[in-house]
Amino acid sequence: MWVFLASEAMFFGSLITTYMLYKDRTANGPGPTDIFDIPFTSVSSFVLLMSSLTMVLAHDGAVKRDEGRMRLWLLATAMLGTVFIGGQVFEFTSFVSEGMTITTSPFSSSFYLLTSFHGIHVTVGILFLLGLYTLSRLGRLPMEDDIRVDMIALYWHFVDIVWIVIFTFVYLIPVG
Amino acid sequence: MATTSIERSATLRRPSSKTGLVGWLTTVDHKKIGILYGMTAFAFFIVGGIEALLIRMQLAGPNGDVLTAEVYNQLFTMHGVTMIFLVIMPMTAAFMNYVMPIQIGARDMAFPRLNAMSYWLFLLGGLFLNSSFLFGQAPSGGWFGYAPNSLFAYNPGPGMDFYAVGLQILGIASLASAVNFIVTILNLRAPGMTLLRMPVFSWMTFVTAFLLLFALPVLAVGLFELTADRILGTNFFDVGKGADPILWQHLFWVFGHPEVYIMILPSFGIVSEVLPVFSRKPLFGYAAVVFAGAAIAFIGFGVWAHHMFAAGLGPIANTGFALSSMVIAVPTGIKIFNWVATMWGGRIRLTAPMLFAIGLVAQFTIGGLSGVTHAIAPHDYQQTDTYYIVAHFHYVLFGGGMFGIFAGLYYWWPKIFGRMLNETLGKLNFWTMFVGFNLAFFPMHMSGLWGMPRRTYIFPPGMGWDLMNLLSTIGAFTIAFAVLVFIVNAVRSHRVGEEATGDPWDGRTLEWSVESPTPEHNFHETPIVHSRDDWWNTKYEEDTQGRPVRVPAGAADDGEQLDVGARERGIHLPDPSYWPLVVAIGITVIGYGIVFLRPQGPASNQWSAGGILFIVLGVVTLLSGYFGWVLEPLEEPGGDDH
Ligand code: HEM
Ligand SMILES: [Cu+2]
Repeated sequence: MWVFLASEAMFFGSLITTYMLYKDRTANGPGPTDIFDIPFTSVSSFVLLMSSLTMVLAHDGAVKRDEGRMRLWLLATAMLGTVFIGGQVFEFTSFVSEGMTITTSPFSSSFYLLTSFHGIHVTVGILFLLGLYTLSRLGRLPMEDDIRVDMIALYWHFVDIVWIVIFTFVYLIPVG
Repeated sequence: MATTSIERSATLRRPSSKTGLVGWLTTVDHKKIGILYGMTAFAFFIVGGIEALLIRMQLAGPNGDVLTAEVYNQLFTMHGVTMIFLVIMPMTAAFMNYVMPIQIGARDMAFPRLNAMSYWLFLLGGLFLNSSFLFGQAPSGGWFGYAPNSLFAYNPGPGMDFYAVGLQILGIASLASAVNFIVTILNLRAPGMTLLRMPVFSWMTFVTAFLLLFALPVLAVGLFELTADRILGTNFFDVGKGADPILWQHLFWVFGHPEVYIMILPSFGIVSEVLPVFSRKPLFGYAAVVFAGAAIAFIGFGVWAHHMFAAGLGPIANTGFALSSMVIAVPTGIKIFNWVATMWGGRIRLTAPMLFAIGLVAQFTIGGLSGVTHAIAPHDYQQTDTYYIVAHFHYVLFGGGMFGIFAGLYYWWPKIFGRMLNETLGKLNFWTMFVGFNLAFFPMHMSGLWGMPRRTYIFPPGMGWDLMNLLSTIGAFTIAFAVLVFIVNAVRSHRVGEEATGDPWDGRTLEWSVESPTPEHNFHETPIVHSRDDWWNTKYEEDTQGRPVRVPAGAADDGEQLDVGARERGIHLPDPSYWPLVVAIGITVIGYGIVFLRPQGPASNQWSAGGILFIVLGVVTLLSGYFGWVLEPLEEPGGDDH
């Protein structure tokens, strides 16, 4: 899993580089300062951060062999992830209504590509979490020696950390 | 033993047949997957070769009229893409799959089903790319597909969509393999097989996998951006909207330069296996060879912009990249020195694998030297986009990479198929290929320096290029003859070839300690490794002068009950599975959907219903493959009772 995440880091690294290159190229369309709603995005970032906490709790449940607790926190994590995705969808729709679509400018293209790839990663993570939940419900998740919970937890934290980087580079630096 | 009475739902059942078509479609055995990789890549080698012959027919003399300009562009692009992504990389992957696990004393790869998925994605991705010919236009923007040139406005038609999506599919395949190789090497080595006892080929597999791991995602981003520009109308490369005209070049070459080492390091690994065996000496400076391989890989990430000297980066950047590029020559030189020193004073047997290995060393040296000449930025201004470059990269890719692959084919063939290839035909194969290769590509140094541009479909008479081009074409057909000799040899070996013993070459590494062909479970007992060249050391002791003396026969091979299968021995092997194939089909169908989504280009408002349908179908297939994969039992209940 570490090996795979190293590769993912290169992936997001390249996307963020493209964005940094293009953040001021707005082709007379709206730019970062015109459009970002920092308080709103801070809240949804906070939600995602909290999901890392619940993931830790779920993992802890797994380590302690307490399946009930693990399932509860898995669901909570998936919920928070869904809220975050909901926030992203809302944000995208409001940007579009303010006249910034993916074709407006190099800035808008790189913004949407970067954030939606992150969104896809979160969605995949949610699928993983639900998969774990189902397996556990079916009694097919042996609590001993199972690395699947570890790997998915690691993945989830990674996606969170990437978001912190994105939030800093995409939202805070251009505006601040 | 097997009980058939256990009830289970039909879909989640793991297929149990290991032979016949179903056996191949569902196999997760690293050896079978290796063979599939090799056969498929060889078929693509013929396709790419025919494309090359067509190009050379067109350029045999001035004012050729075999091909139109448009077809010419498609052919050289598809030739390059095919040779790189569908021949060299998967051919080396074939050896990595087959040989590496045995060399390190493992029973299979770490993730057998993921391994199968990689193969199916490679096969389907290759067919996907080539199917573009059927849809009216193959990619025509060169193998590096420079944007903005490759945008819809300048290159309409589906060709470049097939390029961007096809490489994406192949990239997923390679990325999954890379993870698989790394985890296998880190976790599944036999007891005693420390990293510094690992055979060099396995080492180069390890290094190559890391290169793939870090280089591919950068290409993936570039390709996503290109696809988005072409289909959705985004502005990553649209200079009119203020995009950067060389962003693509940077992204591509950050991937592209490591890519050339991805293609050559495995062949270096093969040569480092072959030379010691046929010189009957250990590899000279093992640690130096391994370290040099790692160094090449590492520095390889810092030199990409030497492909962009002519793009106007400025003198400081050009100087920096020129210097770092020349530094790479140092570890490469170390390797060449070590190979020569390995042969020095050895008892050399000039068999076919050995000849190809020596051919690699000689020709790669020439290609390396011409490479150093264009690491010097002012030189490169003169040489770039001429036939000199074409000569250079064929010396490294064909003279190096492909010769190494042929060395590997001749070397491991008996292990893989249990029959020997004919030596006389092998030597004929080598000499015709050697002569043909040099005849085809050496003159290109001349025509290039005399000013002939590359990627030109026609040239006028009276430029002094006629003779050189004619020689190149004759050479190309000589190579084609050599390939035919190989095919004859392979077919003949299959029919009447002499049966191979477990250790026909008097080898040094673990794969030669088991029968040929390798039994399904690789090793009857997990080997315990005591030294580098462990297998050799169980066969030979050193006398007082350090010369090898054979240990009395019977000590090494006990020949016990070879016909006893894995199950009777209580060895657990992973069961076959359909899901890797299903997942790969899903991804490919999504690929077609993307290509057909916007046939009129991003500026139009038309979305094709067919494209959407394909995407939906593909996603459904992918998801069902994914869930089938996750939910299928790890082993067939009742299939073995351990
Ligand atoms: C039968 C042997 C081969 C012949 C006769 C041949 C011939 C050619 C020619 C004439 C071109 C230049 C076309 C142009 O720039 O207008 C070319 C391009 C190329 N060849 Fe080969 N080739 C052969 C084998 C290989 C092999 C084994 C590789 C292995 C990787 C390879 C890789 C490439 C690449 C990467 C290009 C560049 C395509 C581009 O410009 O985008 N070729 N080949
Ligand atoms: Cu390079």
